[in-house]
Amino acid sequence: MTSFYLNGKSVSVDDDPSTPLLWVIRDSLGLTGTKFGCGMALCGACTVHLDGKAIRSCVAPLSRVARKHVTTIEGLSKDLSHPLQRAWIEIDVPQCGYCQSGQIMSAAVLLKENSKPSDKDIDEAMSGNICRCGTYPRIRRAIHRAAEMAAEKRSS
Amino acid sequence: MSRLEEHINAKPELSIADSANAAPAKTSRIARRDFLKTTATIGGGLWISGYVPELAARPHSSAPASAAAFAPNAFVRIAPDESVTVIANHSEMGQGIYTSLPMLLNEELEADWSKIKVEAAPVDSVYNHTLYGVQMTGGSSTTPSEWERFRKMGAMARIMLVDAAAQKWGVPASECRVEKGVVFHTASGKKATYGSLADAASQLKPPANVPLKDPKQFTLIGKSVRRLDTPSKVDGSAQFGLDVRLPGMVFALVARPPVLGGKVVSLDAAEALKIPGARAVEQIPSGVAVVADRFWSAKLAREKVKITWDDGENANLSTTQMIADFSRQSATPGNIAKKTGDPAGSLAGAAKTITAEYDVPYLAHAMMEPLNCVVDLRADSCEIWTGTQFETVDRANAARVAGLPPEKVKINTTLLGGGFGRRANPASDFVIEAVNVAKIARAPVKVIWTREDDLAGGWYRPMWHDRFAAGLDAQGNPVAWTHTIVGQSIMQGTAFEAFTIKDGVDSTSVEGAADLLYGIPNLQVDLHSPKIGVPVQWWRSVGHSHTGFSVESFFDEVAHAGGKDPYELRRKLLADQPRMLAVLQLVAEKAGWGKPLPAGRGRGIATHFSFDSYVAQVIEATVEKDGNVRVHRVVCAVDCGRAVNPDIVKAQMEGGIVFGLTAALKTEITLENGRVQQRNFHDYQMLRMFESPEIEVHIVPSEQNPTGVGEPSVPPVAPALTNAIFAATGKRIRRLPIRASDLAGGSEAKS
Repeated sequence: MTSFYLNGKSVSVDDDPSTPLLWVIRDSLGLTGTKFGCGMALCGACTVHLDGKAIRSCVAPLSRVARKHVTTIEGLSKDLSHPLQRAWIEIDVPQCGYCQSGQIMSAAVLLKENSKPSDKDIDEAMSGNICRCGTYPRIRRAIHRAAEMAAEKRSS
Repeated sequence: MSRLEEHINAKPELSIADSANAAPAKTSRIARRDFLKTTATIGGGLWISGYVPELAARPHSSAPASAAAFAPNAFVRIAPDESVTVIANHSEMGQGIYTSLPMLLNEELEADWSKIKVEAAPVDSVYNHTLYGVQMTGGSSTTPSEWERFRKMGAMARIMLVDAAAQKWGVPASECRVEKGVVFHTASGKKATYGSLADAASQLKPPANVPLKDPKQFTLIGKSVRRLDTPSKVDGSAQFGLDVRLPGMVFALVARPPVLGGKVVSLDAAEALKIPGARAVEQIPSGVAVVADRFWSAKLAREKVKITWDDGENANLSTTQMIADFSRQSATPGNIAKKTGDPAGSLAGAAKTITAEYDVPYLAHAMMEPLNCVVDLRADSCEIWTGTQFETVDRANAARVAGLPPEKVKINTTLLGGGFGRRANPASDFVIEAVNVAKIARAPVKVIWTREDDLAGGWYRPMWHDRFAAGLDAQGNPVAWTHTIVGQSIMQGTAFEAFTIKDGVDSTSVEGAADLLYGIPNLQVDLHSPKIGVPVQWWRSVGHSHTGFSVESFFDEVAHAGGKDPYELRRKLLADQPRMLAVLQLVAEKAGWGKPLPAGRGRGIATHFSFDSYVAQVIEATVEKDGNVRVHRVVCAVDCGRAVNPDIVKAQMEGGIVFGLTAALKTEITLENGRVQQRNFHDYQMLRMFESPEIEVHIVPSEQNPTGVGEPSVPPVAPALTNAIFAATGKRIRRLPIRASDLAGGSEAKS
């Protein structure tokens, strides 16, 4: 058994400890917001947070997360209230939407570490996430917008 | 049921290939330019006015309606709780139709927009495409093809709800008005919500006449309404095919032949079956299925299966060789697709002639969601969950493989994590394979393709070779243009060959070339369609994906050869094409054509007409010393008729531009010894955030009916970029993807 915290709740699974976290989350724990895109940490669709850092869950063995905190898109907020979710909705970022969980999880770490990212910061933080629909211009706008929203919230 | 659908259901063996690896075959798609011709033949009952009574007579929805819900037709359901469910017969793969279809319907229904929900339609002939005669999504045709029907379906519902209220109140319907899902009778002050009228409206006969609003009265169409699907796509709740879970479901991967078309000779499953969770390893028509309790167990088990393959006829295929073969073939006359004037004579008599050859590679669709399909196969039924663009064809194929009549096969269309054409597979490869896996799984099974499986699985955009010659008069104006195209037909051998291939010319191979908009008096386009064992199919913008590049690049060459400004020459030769001319002038103005640029930066322009829409783009780019290209800015103008949702139109233009840049700069599928060389996103690279340029989209205001939006921004991207590279470096790119090695020295190398 491996135990860890998923979106704040303690969970235990009997998957082999070498199983990639992605498949544990999806198949054993039933949270499907985290996506499979490449299996080689090349596309970012499987991005989750491990103790607050963005990781690619498709190459992270279950053993790596034992007793640690994992956050998935389902744990970002309970009610679409995260500034990134609000900005994504305001700007209508997603097209097919498949990569967007990973995009948002990468962006969430960026915003946490950098409350006012520049375009260059966005390039660096987000270039590990592929969007085949080509929503990059809107992702960029939405990250800037979310930074504004977060700043407004802090000052209010 | 259309005749096309009857044909597919009755004779699947004529229209369907047996496995993913079989020779490309069979489809039910009809090239857009032929739809008018073909619908007359195959599209019995396609007239909207003919549809209305038929629909009213057989209300139908994918979920059982509650007793009091009002379902006046197959496309909308209004419940007593005021919810309005729009049943979408086209798949949502990012193009926004789960928003634009409800907009069309609700423009007439006038329900409260916040109460609208969308549900995927089941497979039923009532949901057939109004132009193509089968249930499908593609050809940038959803909004254009449903423009009238969805508004009529909404109007029908509104009329019946108003009638129900009027009868209840004993007043003439003409004295009632509606607003946000409420019927009002002003004189008496009475009002009633749609939900409260649902039961009464259900008792009424549908109106014989369903008039539509004058477009001047539109309140919803033309507005950038936010997408209905966005909230579910930012909290992980959106359900794609890969997310489907059934009780007792098992997982499967398939080991497919390393050479397309190969077959299993022998199989040793002993080691694979030792993997914990592995359940079954068995040969199926497309390879070897590996079934396990979990995806990861199936993946580990697949690595342990020992298979001896017969590589078959494609064992020696090489794309390097094909490029040489195509070039040789292009020097010989092909089947004539278009001929006007005296091309040969005017070339011979021209003051100046130029020639060029262009190459583009096989391309994979590479949707972010790899292919997958869930099947629950029982003795007398088969239920399927998948993100498909091709319901009618998939159902017929699945039924044949399952040994069931089509009506015993139920398809649940999920959201698609990208489609780009791949999920409208003429052989239903990923669907029938999953049905075959279900036969050995003995439980509901989810078949998942890994990225490697998906990239190596065939069904690519064909490779193309284009050979051009142009003749210029003494003033530098083109007077002759010949264009020989070489590439596989995506229609050859399909059920619709008769509609799409005439005199040896597949219209989808020459679209964007044979219908050249420029006024060049002597024109010839001819075609060779070599038969090669690599399965090919449509890929976002289909034939335009190669003709856009080659035609617009060569046009640039012609302009430079004649000493003309590429924009001015286009303007001159588009004098008889007012819509394209307007788009061209708009993009030039917005891009600042002719204005100075920073040192080393080049500006390129291209236009393309596809899916009945007009697009022009200007790209600014720099070439670094190492030959790497930096794209700074893309300005795009589009005339797609009336923009139903302008922000969605913009999003599609933006997305198509990024998609086109990926094709221009990054991707190719190559084969050596019959083996696909690319494996994953490290060697089939996508454009990424740091490479994504600033994109501006300008929509030409129009009162024409809507035309295509999902694909038309792709074709002009590559030529606008290569024309910009020429402007920056003096180097002409004639093969894609653009290689740094072709551009060493960069912008500074320009003399």
